[in-house]
Amino acid sequence: MSDIVLEVRGITKRFPGVLANDQVDLTLRQGEILALLGENGAGKSTLMNIVYGLYHPDEGELLVKGQAVKLNGPRDAIGRGIGMVHQHFQLIPVMTVAENVVLGEEVVRAGGVLDRAKAEQRVRDLSHQYGLEVDPAAIIEELPVGTQQRVEIVKALYRKAEILILDEPTAVLTPQEGEELFAIMRELAARGVSIIFISHKLKEVLAVATRIMVMRAGRVVGEAEPAEATEASLASMMVGRDVILQVPKAPAKPGDVVLHVDALTALDDRKHQAVSGVSFEVRAGEILGIAGVQGNGQTELVEVLTGLRASGGGRVTIGGRDLTHATARDYTLAGGAHIPEDRHRYGMVLQYTVADNLVLNYYFQAPFARGLQVNQPAVDANAVQQVKAFDIRTPTIDTRGGSLSGGNQQKVVVAREVSRPIKLLIASQPTRGLDVGSIEYIHRQIVVQRDAGCAVLLVSAELDEIMALSDRIAVMYKGQILATLAAADATREQLGLLMAGVH
Amino acid sequence: MDPVIIAAVLSSALRQSTPISLGALSGLFCERSGVINIGIEGMMLMAAFTGFVASAVTGNIFLAILVAVLTGMLMALFHGWLSIQFKVDQIISGTVINILAVGLTGYFYTRNLTTQGKLEPIALPGLSQIPIIGRVLFDNPPITYLALVLVFVAHFVLFHTRWGLRLRAVGEHPRAADTLGINVIWMRYANVVIGGALAGLAGAFLTLEAVGSFERGMTNGRGFISLAVMIFGKWTPLGAWAGALLFGFTNALQTQLQFSGLGSVIPHQFVGMLPYLLTIIVLAGFVGRARPPAAVGQPYTKE
Amino acid sequence: MQIKSPTFLRSLTQTLVLPLLSVVTAVLVGSLFMLLNGYNPLAAYAGMLDGAFGSPTSVARTLLSAIPLLFSGLSVAFAFKGGLFNIGGEGQLFLGAVASAWVGVAFAGLPGVIHMTLAVLAGFIAGALWGGISGALKAYTGAHEVITTIMLNNLAIILAGWLVSQGGEGQTPGPLRDPDPLNIVPRTAQVAESARLPVLFKLGSESINFGLILAILAILIIWWLVWRSTFGFELRMVGLNPSAGKYAGVNVKRTTITTMAIAGGLAALAGAIETLGRNYYFAPNFNTGYGFDGIAVALLGKSHPLGVGLSAVLFGAMDAGTTRMQLAARVPSEIIQIVQALVLVFIAAPEIIRFIYRMRLEKEERAALSAGWGQR
Repeated sequence: MSDIVLEVRGITKRFPGVLANDQVDLTLRQGEILALLGENGAGKSTLMNIVYGLYHPDEGELLVKGQAVKLNGPRDAIGRGIGMVHQHFQLIPVMTVAENVVLGEEVVRAGGVLDRAKAEQRVRDLSHQYGLEVDPAAIIEELPVGTQQRVEIVKALYRKAEILILDEPTAVLTPQEGEELFAIMRELAARGVSIIFISHKLKEVLAVATRIMVMRAGRVVGEAEPAEATEASLASMMVGRDVILQVPKAPAKPGDVVLHVDALTALDDRKHQAVSGVSFEVRAGEILGIAGVQGNGQTELVEVLTGLRASGGGRVTIGGRDLTHATARDYTLAGGAHIPEDRHRYGMVLQYTVADNLVLNYYFQAPFARGLQVNQPAVDANAVQQVKAFDIRTPTIDTRGGSLSGGNQQKVVVAREVSRPIKLLIASQPTRGLDVGSIEYIHRQIVVQRDAGCAVLLVSAELDEIMALSDRIAVMYKGQILATLAAADATREQLGLLMAGVH
Repeated sequence: MDPVIIAAVLSSALRQSTPISLGALSGLFCERSGVINIGIEGMMLMAAFTGFVASAVTGNIFLAILVAVLTGMLMALFHGWLSIQFKVDQIISGTVINILAVGLTGYFYTRNLTTQGKLEPIALPGLSQIPIIGRVLFDNPPITYLALVLVFVAHFVLFHTRWGLRLRAVGEHPRAADTLGINVIWMRYANVVIGGALAGLAGAFLTLEAVGSFERGMTNGRGFISLAVMIFGKWTPLGAWAGALLFGFTNALQTQLQFSGLGSVIPHQFVGMLPYLLTIIVLAGFVGRARPPAAVGQPYTKE
Repeated sequence: MQIKSPTFLRSLTQTLVLPLLSVVTAVLVGSLFMLLNGYNPLAAYAGMLDGAFGSPTSVARTLLSAIPLLFSGLSVAFAFKGGLFNIGGEGQLFLGAVASAWVGVAFAGLPGVIHMTLAVLAGFIAGALWGGISGALKAYTGAHEVITTIMLNNLAIILAGWLVSQGGEGQTPGPLRDPDPLNIVPRTAQVAESARLPVLFKLGSESINFGLILAILAILIIWWLVWRSTFGFELRMVGLNPSAGKYAGVNVKRTTITTMAIAGGLAALAGAIETLGRNYYFAPNFNTGYGFDGIAVALLGKSHPLGVGLSAVLFGAMDAGTTRMQLAARVPSEIIQIVQALVLVFIAAPEIIRFIYRMRLEKEERAALSAGWGQR
């Protein structure tokens, strides 16, 4: 057919120990929005990186407009009219919109001198043409994420992209911003741009796609028309079995207040106010979920509570003790546990052994320390026990933490945090980037802790996770808590509006 | 104060700032592209030496400058080879350069070489007649003039050309630059080598313009002072130049103090400590005030 | 220690292959240098071996050079483990020497053991303070230790020089200068007998002093401190991942300062031992770059105390053998600086060795030193 703009034939890509793509076929027609659905690690991003020339396939071929092509890098892909908006924006924060757009294909005068005025005009023209409002002179880091994403799209259009790949574009958006993006996608498609849309969210795939392809474990496992598919049918295709979308749990039996936060404020790394007067409490035996789009102060809030960031004002008590200006050590000693959102940065030392990582924050206490010395036999004995209890898949306890899979690394963190007597558990994005099996396991552990009488504060950008686990839900927007609802009464729509700041 | 003394101090300040200013520009090109260059000191020293030898052997002082600049570029290429290609920790790689320079210059220095004179000031007709300013700005030897011009050239290149945009992109977010088809590795190599050329010129200044002969370890920490100055100037050429002038001024004042009667009150050693103390203070006071290029120090691996 | 399966042996060979190849390659490249300059490398290296190990006296000289190298090497290695690069060994060594000389002179009359201990301790403390400054600057302002330690080197050397300076031209002599008018060299007076490190035994015409015992103790203590103590657990954690250190409740600022202070103290001990065990006074020209050589010694020893010990002996042998080499083959002694610099090049950039010998070596774990300029 002549309207096929992109064809992928028999693509196979291997990474050490992983078959990321296994004989994948795909066709893309002009003006359609093809959703590529699959869970983390299904091989969607690998496939798209191949199409964008970032990876070379081990086998198979690519046809752009019927012509077999060999892409030796993004430059070749761009030359063929392929553009990509990465999940992590590829924008330079300190530069302007126009500079980011033209980078690599600059508008220059003689001698390689930049013509800023012309570049900005080109950006303005493009944004008018496709209805993508952006100020070409604005500095990227001062723009909201939704706008940054539009800059990424303008960047691709500036390079005359006819095929646009969007990798998990809604991960950082509010549901409402997501809707705006979908409108832009439909507009682009109407103008003849062909779009591949990568996602693992069933609802939005059904909402915007004109065709859906499902990937699992590196293979294409099915194709569907949005009109005929349901969330349940897509979900079982995605994971290869029926998934339990609900976490089984009994009603909460809240006890005494454990964590009390009063008018707390905090600054972010750039010294801007990130948390502005947040107050809430969490009781023993309940899970308070904090919903919100990333970057609305949740990270800073958790860091202040767990002693990683200085508080700017207000008061925090845990079990009645004032911990407003606590260090991480104070927090741990007060019976606090913390599953950090970035396990590679905070949660573990990748070069340390599994055994050492399992005592990372209480190596100084008996029995793990004896005087000034680490009591290695005790550390090892603890490791043997935890590896068994939490089903951590590791060759030995002396294996380096960094060589475990993401799910097992997270199990190490969870095991360490919940296997000691704790009063409060703060879990931040506890399942980000994990496979379904690990997600279920970690969700169950969180509920187990709640039922054992621990107060749980859960922070997640995944609304589904928040709704499945929480007993009460607080929504954070621009450093403030807009509302706190009982989970039983909350609806997606209501939460989505709150996440967008509407109330 | 006597205007003659003022002019002497200022003109000495300008000349003393020349190697620091060049060193800071060297650091700028490297760091803006994402490569820390702790080896400026060694590059300077090595270039000062080869420039001196070339001048002694050929008698052609301009050829000698060329040799010094090429030496700097070669050393920088080595730094690039280690840190960009092999991803050796950039601090270690730079230290290797420094130690290698001390070893090589120490080994070859034993030969008896006589100097062939040095670069003399060129008074710009007319302009040099302006009172005070004329003597300070328009009666200088060539590398001092060149360094002044290079500060502005560097500013223009960095912020107003395609090269500069790409260079900064590579130092801020190499992955983003790569996805747009910019060759990160090549850009880094090229800019590290440019940095080497600038460090080489600073070395040439020391032997061919300032002193006229080579002494062991004659760079005396100037390479490191340059880095502090670069940070002081928030990774911009004009800011770095201001910092270099501050150092030049301190040095000039130090010389002036030693000649004046103050020497009996304050031991000259204490005056000699000034530039090093100032470096520490500048570093402590200004790191963290400005944001370094985001990717500085991190080797780039193509996916 | 329990040997755990063949992997232990394999990793041991892996550990040894690279340093050995680095040394061998450096020696070969050094030969090339000599050939190009018209010298006979075989005669040169034979002379060096003879000078380093050919007689009891030679062995003693090797050991005597190895002792300060061990301390300055341990200093760098210890800081490495904490993710810090101490290039300040040179300055710390000077201050250690001055401080121990001062105590050795000024507190004459104290009982032997106490006086000696105090003098050694004074050296350690002086270096610890100097190193601690860099640590504190790093912890509180983010000033990179590589630059501050180098600046502090210059300051320390000037300071030490002033303390024993001659004076004249209207300037008073330095406060620690030998008051004896017959002495025309800028140096301190002789330290009292009671402060000197006792001679353990004679080897040929050289005496080996108590510094040897201190060196062996230092290897053991540093090994325990890094690998067995809770402080070492924190130190390595901060070195590998400061954020995780913070999460784990480690006071990262305090650890940074302590690490630099201990590193400074170790380097200073090299100066103290030279002063109290060999020279018996401090003069600014006493040091032959032991502080800087510590970097190469540490890297060659893979920052492991035992490895540092071995590489200190190797570098000590090179130092001790130079004079004989110079006499035997008429090679300028600086060639050894080049060989040492080359060893450093190869060991710092194992990829070059891999490249030359087309071999695969396991990538080692090393704390990143160049993680930018900012605060940790």
